[in-house]
Amino acid sequence: MSTTGEQARQAAAIAQSATVQTPLRRFLSDFFESKVATAAVAVFAIILFIAIFAPWISPQNPYDLMVVDVMDSRMPPGEKSLTGMTFVLGSDGAGRDMLSAIFYGLRTSLGVGVMSGIIALGIGMAVGLAAAYFGGRTDTLIMRVVDLQLSFPAILIALILLSILGKGVDKIIIALVIAQWAYYARTVRGSALVERSKEYIEAATCLALSHRRIVFRHLLPNVLPPLIVVGTLQTAHAISLEATLSFLGVGLPQTEPSLGLLISNGFEYMLSGKYWISFFPGVALLITIVSINLVGDQLRDVLNPRLER
Amino acid sequence: MSVFITRRILQSLVVVFVMSLLVFFGVNIVGDPVDMLINPEADQEDIEAAIRALGLDRPIHEQYWYFLVNALKGDLGKSFIFAEPALKLILQRMPATLELAFAAMFLAVVIGIPLGVFAGLRPHSKVSKTIMAGSILGFSLPTFWVGLMFIMIFAVMLGWLPSTGRGETTSLLGIQVSFLTLDGLSHLLLPALNLALFKMSLVIRLARAGTREVALQDYIKFARAKGLSPSRVVLVHVMKNILIPVVTVLGLELGGVIAFAVVTETVFAWPGMGKLLIDSIQLLDRPVVVAYLMITVLMFIVINLVVDILYSILDPRVRLKDVKS
Repeated sequence: MSTTGEQARQAAAIAQSATVQTPLRRFLSDFFESKVATAAVAVFAIILFIAIFAPWISPQNPYDLMVVDVMDSRMPPGEKSLTGMTFVLGSDGAGRDMLSAIFYGLRTSLGVGVMSGIIALGIGMAVGLAAAYFGGRTDTLIMRVVDLQLSFPAILIALILLSILGKGVDKIIIALVIAQWAYYARTVRGSALVERSKEYIEAATCLALSHRRIVFRHLLPNVLPPLIVVGTLQTAHAISLEATLSFLGVGLPQTEPSLGLLISNGFEYMLSGKYWISFFPGVALLITIVSINLVGDQLRDVLNPRLER
Repeated sequence: MSVFITRRILQSLVVVFVMSLLVFFGVNIVGDPVDMLINPEADQEDIEAAIRALGLDRPIHEQYWYFLVNALKGDLGKSFIFAEPALKLILQRMPATLELAFAAMFLAVVIGIPLGVFAGLRPHSKVSKTIMAGSILGFSLPTFWVGLMFIMIFAVMLGWLPSTGRGETTSLLGIQVSFLTLDGLSHLLLPALNLALFKMSLVIRLARAGTREVALQDYIKFARAKGLSPSRVVLVHVMKNILIPVVTVLGLELGGVIAFAVVTETVFAWPGMGKLLIDSIQLLDRPVVVAYLMITVLMFIVINLVVDILYSILDPRVRLKDVKS
């Protein structure tokens, strides 16, 4: 009696493990094996939440002139405003609550970084797939342009473009896209070349499937993993680059303050010891970049089949 | 060999030409310099005279043609603000930028290699793990914010080091340098360290990976078995073999350091070409912007050309493959 019970339990366990082992579940369990990566995902989720819901969770709207009072300017952290609100992280030169300004800044920084990342990924993917799939002259031409661009640092390309385009959210997104697409194109081409020589692509070609079907249904899904890794790390890079450009005064206008611009605005007060105006936006920027980088590192470890784990 | 070099030089010339076209036409679409540079209270005659003096009345393709012809003569136009040749302004500031870049490279190597070698020799010790965590931070921290924090800690709170400018300079072979005087050195330290931080992280990782690989080789075991002191094994036998990749990568990164000096120069008010560029962009001083971009692009193309040619000498496969394709 007990043996049949044992067998039934084993059968159930086998059946359960068979259903559990979908690729997504395996990926998730591999991913969350690392405590650091789990913490990074949690931190990033909080940042994302703050960025999306900034207008609803901020103590004040820092860009509403009715709320902000110049009399409250440069208050150290913990001080109370004239209306009785506490400046948890102090206030800036115009009397804005730093915490609220950081929440709104995160919104702009993440928005610009993610948006430029997605567009650059789309362009890079299309170009890289075309280069790998068609080969020959198309490939040579595309890769010449990519190599040429990658021989210049991204910040120099972005500076050239912004000195031409001027300031603005749309302009900095264009500059970041142009500075980044080549990284995606190179990654996609590299892994697409490896996949293209495999048998399933040959089989699909023998079945006389259309180019479009082979590229989008067979090649693309197998090229995605390395692309996701590069996409994550590049997004962190884009956020950092945008902050740098805004700090230099060639990125976003004062009406759309990102974290970089907040830090830049606090620069003039730093020499008189009012550290909080630059310090806290910098910490927010740092936490954002580090958490995205840690997630990206773990994704690379999990998605790379060659790595012994 | 000569086929390869000729081809590479021709390619580089084409790139220089295309870049000059892009940069010039691009920059000339920004804003209207007439509004920016001429006193709005001047009468019509004065305005027209000023436009003629600046060459802004000609069609844009003619402006470009003069720019190109003059560029070949080494004349990249006159600054609207300083009324001096743009090239001269940039060349005046170049030594400051190069001094900063080389000082940063020097710090990256002098601090990075010992830390990396230590982390490679004892990969499981606590100190090594701290070093590696530090290098991750070095990659993630935005350069300009670290610079601000340096100023806050070392200049404002502790008051140990000055935060702006180059300090006292002395003349070395006709070039003004800071690193020969004590005052200049104290001004150089913070910006150089700031610029070095990113490359230092890179050097630490390269040195660590190299050391871990080299330490397992037979000749290291042999050197130990021969009874050489541990310090001699590390300093001579390990060091010699990890230096090759480190030097190669750093050579390639030199251009990046010069480009990133823009950020550090702005933070520390270091009077180099990068700060001149940022100031000129904000004042719409187009000749200086164009001249800076052309000089930097030229510098990058030369660096890439030299690296490619050196590689082709060291590794014949590179040039054979390129000639065939």
